[in-house]
Amino acid sequence: MALLEVSGISKSFSGLKAVQNVSFEVPEGKIVGLIGPNGAGKTTCFNMIAGVYKPDTGTVMLNGARIDGRRPDEICKAGIGRTFQIVKPFAGLSVLDNVVVGALNAAASVSEARQKADEVLEILGLASKRLQAASTLTLPDRKRLEVARALATRPKLLLLDEVMAGLRPTEIDQMVRVLLDLNKRGLTILLIEHVMRAVMALSGNVIVLHHGELISRGTPDQIAKDPKVLECYLGEEAL
Amino acid sequence: MTTEVVLKIAISGVLTGLVYGLMALGLSVIFGVVRVVNFAHGEMMTIAMYLVIVFFSALGLDPLLMLVPISAVLFALGYLMQRAIINPFINRPEHSQFMLLVAIALIMVNALLLIFGPDSQGITTSYSFDSFDIGGIIIDAGKVYAAIAALIVAVALFAFFRLTLTGKAIRACADNYNGALVVGLDVKRLYALTFGIGAACVGAAGTMLMIVTDVTPAIGPAYTLLAFVIVITGGLGSMPGAIVGGILIGLTEALGGFFFTPSAKTMFSFAILVLVLLFRPQGIMGRKTA
Amino acid sequence: MNLLLEGVPRSALILLALFFAALIAAPMVLNDYLIVVLITILYFAYAGQCWNIMMGFAGQLSLGHALYIGLGAYVTAALYVKFGVSPWIGLLPALVIAGAVGAVIGFLAFRFGVSGVYFAILTIAFAEFARIGFDHFPWVGGAAGYFLPVANYTQNDFFNLRGSQTMFYYILLAMTVLAFVLCHLLLRSRAGYYWLAIRESPEAAEALGINIFRYKMYAVVLSAALTSLGGVIFAFFYNNLFPEQVFHISRSIELILGPIIGGIGTLFGPVVGAFLLTGLAEGLREVMLRLGIDLPGVKQVFYGICLLCVVMFLPEGVWPPLKKKLGLDRDTGKKGS
Repeated sequence: MALLEVSGISKSFSGLKAVQNVSFEVPEGKIVGLIGPNGAGKTTCFNMIAGVYKPDTGTVMLNGARIDGRRPDEICKAGIGRTFQIVKPFAGLSVLDNVVVGALNAAASVSEARQKADEVLEILGLASKRLQAASTLTLPDRKRLEVARALATRPKLLLLDEVMAGLRPTEIDQMVRVLLDLNKRGLTILLIEHVMRAVMALSGNVIVLHHGELISRGTPDQIAKDPKVLECYLGEEAL
Repeated sequence: MTTEVVLKIAISGVLTGLVYGLMALGLSVIFGVVRVVNFAHGEMMTIAMYLVIVFFSALGLDPLLMLVPISAVLFALGYLMQRAIINPFINRPEHSQFMLLVAIALIMVNALLLIFGPDSQGITTSYSFDSFDIGGIIIDAGKVYAAIAALIVAVALFAFFRLTLTGKAIRACADNYNGALVVGLDVKRLYALTFGIGAACVGAAGTMLMIVTDVTPAIGPAYTLLAFVIVITGGLGSMPGAIVGGILIGLTEALGGFFFTPSAKTMFSFAILVLVLLFRPQGIMGRKTA
Repeated sequence: MNLLLEGVPRSALILLALFFAALIAAPMVLNDYLIVVLITILYFAYAGQCWNIMMGFAGQLSLGHALYIGLGAYVTAALYVKFGVSPWIGLLPALVIAGAVGAVIGFLAFRFGVSGVYFAILTIAFAEFARIGFDHFPWVGGAAGYFLPVANYTQNDFFNLRGSQTMFYYILLAMTVLAFVLCHLLLRSRAGYYWLAIRESPEAAEALGINIFRYKMYAVVLSAALTSLGGVIFAFFYNNLFPEQVFHISRSIELILGPIIGGIGTLFGPVVGAFLLTGLAEGLREVMLRLGIDLPGVKQVFYGICLLCVVMFLPEGVWPPLKKKLGLDRDTGKKGS
């Protein structure tokens, strides 16, 4: 049994089919990449897993228990942490307090949450900015804060929605190192990513969505050679 | 209690409701485009109402003749308010905008109090005591004139937004602020224009309302509330919604006041407001967004 | 105690202690008139602090808080006048009723997704319901008003809240201090963190495991219940209640001017705002008196202009910049310290 099992989920928005009958698994301890062109339905998939949308059809199972249709906070409690593609920091709060809010999810007290938050800030390299207001952070730092906050909830599975976008190559490598390290310590990760350098470096398995449908899956090397994947990224004319 | 009496009350409620609708239309237009809730709306209307009194007592001008000039004055007031005071607030949080307009409202109410005193004032037109007899149902002539004028102004406004280039540009601003900036629209000017138009609606509504009712400086907040109730009932940002909402609320208050007690009439409109908020938050005519 | 004082700069503590000492000593030096002014200030500081829990912390804009003041006032006054129940006991049902009404409004709004401006207008609607309802509720006097018996008290009857202004002053001072301390503790608690998170971004808060419905409900119920205690003092201090005054929208607005002018979401905002606004109003009255101007509205026009200036030039309110000036800013980034 995989940690996350998504079977046959679909979602339409006023007639527009955003996701159609998508199934995949994320085994425990692995890093899985979710890629596809813009508008492929990746974020909609994420939102169905994270409880923002209830799937029209299909089921989502975490550790063998159904979680589809549950509220986002219940899903977080069940062990899934997520980041937002368009970052949503608590702008008026300090960096530390942002992460404390996340840490309170699994902490028994505020002081315990503060400790946990400091640890996470250290891991993400934000410790020196802990007392700054989140609104003063640069975009790369806001992306790190997104990850830090989600991580502080102590998830079993971390959903990362384009956390590399806007980062410089050295920053990407740094984030990749952080994520690999977390993975080594037992964290399972599902990530949406456009930065192929990161996808290739991180993912053991990659899933490709196009027009809301799953068109390919496999190791990064297999995917890179799949004509269907090339076609959807480059357009039919290119072939 | 005959059918005729109830019908008379209902029709007169609908007629007054049309004028209310025009007032609310102003609020709706401002919110729909500028995204600022004008908490000084009713107070602006009382300014228009006092202008009627000034012109009427000084020059003996009939309110129907003053419709255009007073609307123009209110347009200028709204335009300047937006340009000078409100514009820096359009990206500030709601409570900040709210405070600003509350302060403006406070100044307006008390300036009127200072100038005109606290007593209720009204005017008596040549047709104040005229009435129409439609199949045994007696309808005040003033109310009919006021409602017709309100309807004409509303229709003119619809035409402006549908047919003129400026009107279309304003609608473009409302639909997509950034898009409007990108295609080179002068958003600041269009916002000021919109606020001016909203204020002109209120000016016209206030002028018409003077035919059928009296005014005191302290009545402003009550009209602001009434405008909210109507606009939310009809659909915030929807122009036909404001008119439909106005008619509905006018009718409700007239019948509620008649069957129960006049002092409790606003209770019924608030009841409608609560029901709409809960079950159809986009309003009766509103588009579903979120 | 540790939790109470942790992280508060020493200079702030000293200032706070001096300020508190001055407030305790005030009735011994001030005349009756100035005590009434201070009572007004404390009343607004207390009610503003309560409103701030809902808006400043949890981000839910209520424009109908006069409703809870009124409920607290009417419930305790009616129990006292009709059944001789001491307001100290009567405040318990008042707390429960105000909290329950807050819960109903919150439940309807949050379950049906009413938010932002719409939520604010829903709160006005319920306050208006109460106004019109009490107008037609003869058991407590209806529109003609409800009156508490007044006599000359030779002695303070603390148990029945009958007595001198000084007694009310100290009770309100205690309430304001307690509300302040409570809010300070709340901000450092789990609920406080969750409220601020919900205020800043409900979606992100939910994704971090916060049951936003539940925590918004906590904020509304707590704010409503605490506000009703302000109503108890209002009833027993003024001794008369008119629905048109107690529940009127202008009362609701009056309550929230202080915290907004002072600085929304901050602990000192409501206190600073109450001092500034009441001070301003009284100052204007004094100036008008000296100048011999006795026209209705003049004072309020100036008041409105001052309000306008503060909103325009100090968008965060008076306290945040003042705090920096006083050197009390630790720049933790967290609003409210």
